[in-house]
Amino acid sequence: MIEPLFIPVETYLVPSLPDVWFGVVMFALAMYIVLDGFDFGIGMLYATRDNDHERETLLAAFGPIWDANEVWLIAFGTMTLAAFPDVYSRLLADNYLIALGFVLALLFRGIGPELREQREDEHWQRACDYSFVGGSVLAPFLFGVLAGSWVFSVGALSLPAILTGVGLVAVSAVTGAAFLAAKTGPALAGEMRDLGVVATLAYLGGVVVLLAVVVWTDAGEAAGTILSAPGIAIVGLSVVAGLSGIVLALRDRYRAWLATALALPTLLSALVALLLYPTIYPATATGLELTVSDAVVSPLALNLTTVLGFPVLVVVLWYFKFLYGVFSGPIETEGYGA
Amino acid sequence: MESATNVLDVAFGAGAALDGTALFLPAELASRVQFGWTISVHILFAALSIGLAPFIVYFTWKAVRTDSERYERLRSFWLKVFAVGFVMGTVTGIPMSFQFGTNFPQFSAVAGELIGGPLAFEAKMAFFLEAVFLGVLLFGRERVSDRLYVLSSALVGFGAWLSGFWILVVNAWMQTPKGYEMITRNGMEVAQLTDPIAAFLTPRMTWMYVHMINASVIAVALLVAGVAAYILWKKRDAKAWQTALKIAILILIVAAPLQAVHGDAYARHVEDTQPQKFAAMEGHYETGTADLHLFAVPTDLSALTDPRAENLFTISLPRVGSFLASGGDFDAEVIGLNEYEDNPPVALVFWSFRLMVGLGFLFIGLAFWGGYLIYRDRLADSSRYLKAMILASPLGYAALLTGWYVTEIGRQPWVIQDVLKTSEAVSSTLTSTEATASLTAFVVIYIGLVLAALYTLRWLIEGELTELGVTESATDHWYGPIPGVTSDD
Repeated sequence: MIEPLFIPVETYLVPSLPDVWFGVVMFALAMYIVLDGFDFGIGMLYATRDNDHERETLLAAFGPIWDANEVWLIAFGTMTLAAFPDVYSRLLADNYLIALGFVLALLFRGIGPELREQREDEHWQRACDYSFVGGSVLAPFLFGVLAGSWVFSVGALSLPAILTGVGLVAVSAVTGAAFLAAKTGPALAGEMRDLGVVATLAYLGGVVVLLAVVVWTDAGEAAGTILSAPGIAIVGLSVVAGLSGIVLALRDRYRAWLATALALPTLLSALVALLLYPTIYPATATGLELTVSDAVVSPLALNLTTVLGFPVLVVVLWYFKFLYGVFSGPIETEGYGA
Repeated sequence: MESATNVLDVAFGAGAALDGTALFLPAELASRVQFGWTISVHILFAALSIGLAPFIVYFTWKAVRTDSERYERLRSFWLKVFAVGFVMGTVTGIPMSFQFGTNFPQFSAVAGELIGGPLAFEAKMAFFLEAVFLGVLLFGRERVSDRLYVLSSALVGFGAWLSGFWILVVNAWMQTPKGYEMITRNGMEVAQLTDPIAAFLTPRMTWMYVHMINASVIAVALLVAGVAAYILWKKRDAKAWQTALKIAILILIVAAPLQAVHGDAYARHVEDTQPQKFAAMEGHYETGTADLHLFAVPTDLSALTDPRAENLFTISLPRVGSFLASGGDFDAEVIGLNEYEDNPPVALVFWSFRLMVGLGFLFIGLAFWGGYLIYRDRLADSSRYLKAMILASPLGYAALLTGWYVTEIGRQPWVIQDVLKTSEAVSSTLTSTEATASLTAFVVIYIGLVLAALYTLRWLIEGELTELGVTESATDHWYGPIPGVTSDD
């Protein structure tokens, strides 16, 4: 057999490459719930604004970046398909309506703001606002349910899955509020701070209830993992990040608050990774349990995706930095095609 | 119920239709209709991004470099269209890739190793590029230098074309799979990548890429020309729109004939690699020499659903089909549909192919007519031509969709040619209730999306006319062509 592009065919570039890819997939998941998370949060907080200028400020805050943020979902999905195709197919087939409901919610979140500004008509703009807010609440909820159903292997219509959905909604509200507080003037920032503090408390409360339910019922045999040292560390850090975020917010140190707020969804992804590994898909009606090494593709395919994909991922991170740099600083209200 | 059953039989093959009493569609049928429907809508927006990209780059470059009001106007107008199209393309594209898992998990599991890599490259190399720099293009005019701004437009355009490349790598592999071997993993027969160059750069890849990109360019050039013609029809001296019409026609003069020449060679490649699809395109049942049907109309209604040469009125060149398929032999044998156990829905493939080719020749005619008017310097004065271009504006999309149907429906019953049947790829746990519910949601929501996109275009045109001082556009009665022109969706 020839070795195309001098990439090894029979062995992985490094023996732990499948585990590295598990990490890459989880990294993409974290990027998605961190970055699109605050977009969802902005969508929820949008519902609390009733004057047009404030609404447009919120839209301007996320206008240039949300599209790029959303691509992390596609990166997460396609990299899962590329590295662990069985996981991709079973995750989506096992949660059919939840998965399609989620993408339709994303659809409404996406088109709302885009179509809103195309027409000066109050009914039209209200309809677009409903689409934006509704999608922004429903999308993280359903994505959370999907993740909960995956991690705890108890099905989508179960308490742990639904609580995970609620948790993702709450944490998105926290990061959205912190992002807006850091980007807007004092008046709006103050209101975002108050809403953000409530959302943080709700999130921390929700996490406590979720973990209590999981430990109590031992859903997906997760109790042991949560009560292990790394599990306790992640939960403890979340509580510390949440509480210090509240303190920083109340002292009006918004940029520092934003940093702690972004730690919350990051830690949540870490918890997902911890609960899954080394099993990447639990046993369900459609098949037996899959570990990372069961589910991973053959060496050539993974090596190729690594060699071609990793440098590109570095470039992507670099131009994300560029994008956020261009649009750093306080928001100017401006429209499309300016 | 008889006729409804017939239509379903025709569309999806005998036996696929429901029994007339079921409230819900069988999961497989619903999944196939859903995939076909969602990709049909998605492709409209994907092609808009691909086809509009060169216009955006050119208008941005000219606007920044010459500071002229004319190009600034065109840049601003078409960038808004591009932005709406991009968002629509994104929101309809995400459900596309999800359906590989939700509805066709066996396909994902069998082919994941071959299709996952290219799809991931599409996201990382192309889609991020497009999304990031579109943000700069839409919101960053005052925040980045002129040079970086023009570069952003080029990167967005490059992203759109690269995106099409990786998607077609996947599709071409499904049409003519290479560079893999079947192995057993987790108790299942799956394809393992053995030769990436062979798998990703199949000959089909080149054929599809040129044909698809060019089809998108033609469809969007016709759209741009149609909008320009409409505005000129209302206001003949709108300089910017004279420029837009002229550029669109010049693009058509190159692209439309290229598509015909290329398409002819592509059809021969299909005959070599997918003879069954080629036979369906020509309605060729008996193995033997083949005639070329230049023109075909059914003599009775049954021929619509069962297009066999004896039931059609055709203008044919005897044995030229053999000549073309074999590349020079009038007596060459062309395999007929009777040789195969399962055939694709022949009628859909046959008529789609005829419609696509007919439209292709129409576009060549329109392009050269426009070229003649440009040469005579009478472009904006010919009401007849302006009206023709207004009417033609959705037809590029009709050709694009019918071409896509030939490719995709023509491959049935296979989802991966000769490797995996569509019926084997579909989810085993999917219930007909779930499948019918999601199909209904997609149908309703996507119709809404297409209407929203068309209305947005209409408002943009209204706004443009108001700015140009055409007052009648502000009245309540709008008799313009755009809202009525929805035949392509």
